Amino acid sequence: MKLITAIVKPFKLDDIKDALKAAGITGITVSEARGFGRQGGHTETYRGTEYKIDFVPKSRLEIVVDDSEVDGVIETLKASAATGKIGDGKIWITNVERIVRIRTGEEGPDAV
Amino acid sequence: MDINAGATAWVLISAGLVLFMTPGLAFFYAGMVRSKNVLGMLMQNVFAMGLISILWVFVGFSLAFGGTNRYIGNFDFAFLRGVVGDVTKAADLPGYAGTLVVPGLAFMAFQMMFAVITPALISGATADRLKFGSYAVFIGLWSVLVYSPVAHWVFSPTGWLFRRGALDFAGGSAIHINAGIAALVLTMVLGPRRGWMKEAMPPHNLPYTVLGMGILWFGWFGFNAGSALTADGLPAQALVNTHLAAAAAMLTWLLVERLMAKHATTLGAASGAVAGLVAITPCAGYVNSMSAVAIGAIAGIVCFLCLKLKFALKLDDSLDVIAVHLVGGLLGSLLLGFFGDKSATGFGTDGVFFGGGWGLLADQAVAAAAVIVFSGVVTWIIAFGIDKTIGLRVSVEDELVGLDQSQHAEAAYQS
Repeated sequence: MKLITAIVKPFKLDDIKDALKAAGITGITVSEARGFGRQGGHTETYRGTEYKIDFVPKSRLEIVVDDSEVDGVIETLKASAATGKIGDGKIWITNVERIVRIRTGEEGPDAV
Repeated sequence: MDINAGATAWVLISAGLVLFMTPGLAFFYAGMVRSKNVLGMLMQNVFAMGLISILWVFVGFSLAFGGTNRYIGNFDFAFLRGVVGDVTKAADLPGYAGTLVVPGLAFMAFQMMFAVITPALISGATADRLKFGSYAVFIGLWSVLVYSPVAHWVFSPTGWLFRRGALDFAGGSAIHINAGIAALVLTMVLGPRRGWMKEAMPPHNLPYTVLGMGILWFGWFGFNAGSALTADGLPAQALVNTHLAAAAAMLTWLLVERLMAKHATTLGAASGAVAGLVAITPCAGYVNSMSAVAIGAIAGIVCFLCLKLKFALKLDDSLDVIAVHLVGGLLGSLLLGFFGDKSATGFGTDGVFFGGGWGLLADQAVAAAAVIVFSGVVTWIIAFGIDKTIGLRVSVEDELVGLDQSQHAEAAYQS
């Protein structure tokens, strides 16, 4: 079992969700995040004065999948989240030791 | 004189319109502060509706409109004694020589709303760091010791600036220059927000600011056209001038902003409109419609350019009270010396552009300078006194946690 975490541009979220659904993924968790990477922040102008905003709004996706599905999800995310411009985000994969479905108590791949 | 029913109805409605400007101002300002200080800002504004109203009927109105002294009113009308009288008769206030056609209480109530909003204007300069209790003491003292005397000088026919011939239709000097210079001086004593110029403090909710601008613009019809104290062509001209100046100032502000800062912004549209409203205030019933367009257009450009002033002065005038109210009020008061046109309404004095020579401009300059000096000095004394006794500023921790939590034990937004 793997946890796939992706940081993406918020306006791409709908495209990503639709692509993942089409690829057969049954569940994702999304949260609002702020941060900066190589893209850095952005500037906003109020009454003629520029402010540097360091933290840019991002969406954070979390998806738990079976090992065999990892490559497919990465490809789907790469295709659906990309704009080709700086700030498209990152994907990282971590091992999941155990997963439990609360309602039934099922564990492992059955719980995904 | 007998009461004029139309005039009385209009002045009573105008009192409501002007009252509504204070919550409008509250939202205009509250949108521009950080989310931890929203309630602090709203509270400082609406609190003026409570405190200043009571002070006004106790002594404020009497000190502004009682007696025939040139420099200060008296206590003849304290606690509204002698303001009511015969309900069928119009007010007979010192100096007006029977020209008023509305009841004394209607006049008093209309003027009360001006007294309420004037100190509230100052709160934009001192955002996010002024202790609530100290603010309450400050505006209470300021209203009685600064606003009432200045209103007497400018608005009462017995006041020395009025007698000199200085014109102020609805409060360019008595309200905007007065509050603007007070904001500058109070900010000087108070010091900047922690982190000013080092960290970004962007507005947290510009929709509030745009909403507030709409309420202000609406209420300003009462502020300016109500100041005619009649219901005829004079308030009609004042209303049209008010609207045109706001419109023109919005356009020129946005144009300069687009050229100099790359984008036309919603905050710019709201700020430009308010700058135009401020500038037309002293002129509203004394200039023609096309002059109102010109005055608004000039205000939009000059007020925008004066946003840089606070950086030059190293004063954290947080929400630009200096650029919008002090500069806007000065501009309007002085431009009246050029654009004054007696043929527009039959009232006022001709300015430089209408064959009146430089006399009016000189009187306007004297009035502006007198208000700046008096208000500046007395504001400094009050602010310094409060700072040395109960303190003006909140503690570092209270400032970091925000006024909503530290001053009022509330949060505007529950997450």
